Amino acid sequence: MGHILIQNITKEYVNRRRRPRNGEDNTRDEVLTVLDNVNLEFQDGEMVCILGPSGCGKSTLLRMIAGFDTPSSGQILIDGRQVTAPSADIIFVFQHNGLLPWMTVWENVELGLRNMQDEEEKSAQIQEFINMVELAGFENHYPSQLSGGMQRRAELARALAVNPEMLIMDEPFNGLDFLTHMKMREEVVNMHEFIAKTTLMVTHDIDDALVMGDRIVVMGDRPTQVKLVRKLEMGRPRNLDRDPELAALRDELFFMLGVSYAV
Amino acid sequence: MFKPFSARAVFNSLLSFGTVLLLWQVTSSFSGWSSQVFPSPTTVFNSMWSLIVNGTLLKHSVASLYRVTVGFYLAALLGIPFGIMLGRMLLMRDMLNPLIQFLRPISPLAWIPLAMLWFGIGDQPAIFLIFLSSFFPLVVATMVAVSSISPVYFQVAANFCFNRTEVVTKIIVPAILPDVITALRLTISIAWLVVVAAEMIAVQSGLGYMILDSRNALRMDYVMVGMITIGIIGVILDLLMRMLGNIESTSWAIRKH
Ligand SMILES: Nc1ncnc2c1ncn2[C@@H]1O[C@H](COP(=O)(O)OP(=O)(O)OP(=O)(O)O)[C@@H](O)[C@H]1O
Ligand SMILES: [Mg+2]
Repeated sequence: MGHILIQNITKEYVNRRRRPRNGEDNTRDEVLTVLDNVNLEFQDGEMVCILGPSGCGKSTLLRMIAGFDTPSSGQILIDGRQVTAPSADIIFVFQHNGLLPWMTVWENVELGLRNMQDEEEKSAQIQEFINMVELAGFENHYPSQLSGGMQRRAELARALAVNPEMLIMDEPFNGLDFLTHMKMREEVVNMHEFIAKTTLMVTHDIDDALVMGDRIVVMGDRPTQVKLVRKLEMGRPRNLDRDPELAALRDELFFMLGVSYAV
Repeated sequence: MFKPFSARAVFNSLLSFGTVLLLWQVTSSFSGWSSQVFPSPTTVFNSMWSLIVNGTLLKHSVASLYRVTVGFYLAALLGIPFGIMLGRMLLMRDMLNPLIQFLRPISPLAWIPLAMLWFGIGDQPAIFLIFLSSFFPLVVATMVAVSSISPVYFQVAANFCFNRTEVVTKIIVPAILPDVITALRLTISIAWLVVVAAEMIAVQSGLGYMILDSRNALRMDYVMVGMITIGIIGVILDLLMRMLGNIESTSWAIRKH
């Protein structure tokens, strides 16, 4: 499982106008076209990194792939079957805290494993993933007692523990300090290398995309269309400074996202 | 976190109660009113003691508490699940919410004539009134709490394939618990207000009845004993509800503040 085909996706949000603006008497609903005729194809097992300016509809696209939202028109096929509802095969890491605040770190990580029969093995597995994100000692803390970065890590542990068929992450490294960011990036790359499941990730960090991606997608301004899709063939680990192809792509991406030079 | 019994808080409240008692004693001694009209605190506490000793006060307190407890439990047992249903089912909410909003502002006391007609004299009409006074606030509070749960949590639930029971037990109930406990705390005060009023009309026992009966006998000291007892029990009920708010399963919300 893991081939994704996105065909002619359009997404519109209808914003109800509460009050007519001064001088205008039209109280018609305002239609906001977020995605306009988007076509994409991702191969099974790819790590796809999606870049784009804030508000361009990246989260919206991911939500529709995960089945939380439906497109206004067009269709999304996963292995040839249309997405209709969320499923446990596709685990979603939310941009804004998706941890359940009334559960401890342990209980949150347990969510994806709650149907495991063998209690001992289950505990071992939960502990393993909590250790991986370096939250050992915080098992019994509630999310509100953790820092923003720790919450992100707990949510990553929860997602990775499921070993899902497909992983969708909306800015998973947001709010992590530099070193943890590097560590988690490596962890995700290793995990992906190891299990080779399709992974979609939105990021604002161009280097993330260059280091991690098998495929990089850049989305443009509203109404959003795909500005660039690039398949990266080079192996990992990647060195951005040594590889002239990556360096050139990096400059191109910076330029495309509105910065004319790579700082 | 809530600490009712810190030394400073106890001292301060004793101070204010002491001042009021002193003022009361002074006014009753110097106002020139007879003890029948404005009994002094000493008279009242003497009468209270005699009512405690002969068991009258306990009997009436128990009668009132029994009605409040039954009516309140019934309201909670029916109102909270009903509120959850309304919070989750948009169609039902659209249909029933206007009805609830219409019934809610009608004081439970306005139901007294009907309650007496339907249930006669005794515990039932009083319990029915308590139920009415607690049911609507609980339904509305629960409904609002449920509908304000962040949709992200339901997406998480869908993502981890929760079944219906799990959505209720692992998402809805824990999410609304802090709000519902606050609502329970407010409602029990309302219920306690209403029981006294209901007992003045529909029944032959309870603190409300005791007050009314004492008025008819022109025993203002007994009336005041009744009022003081109502106040004390009200404070205790509130303390109990606050302790409920400190239980472990709501601590995630308390730490947030
Ligand atoms: N439920 C909604 N109702 C109305 N408009 C919405 C809704 N959700 C998103 N939008 C609009 O859609 C646009 C895209 O939102 P989206 O969250 O997908 O952006 P994004 O690319 O993920 O941005 P960011 O990088 O800041 O997270 C925004 O302009 C937003 O206002
Ligand atoms: Mg987003």
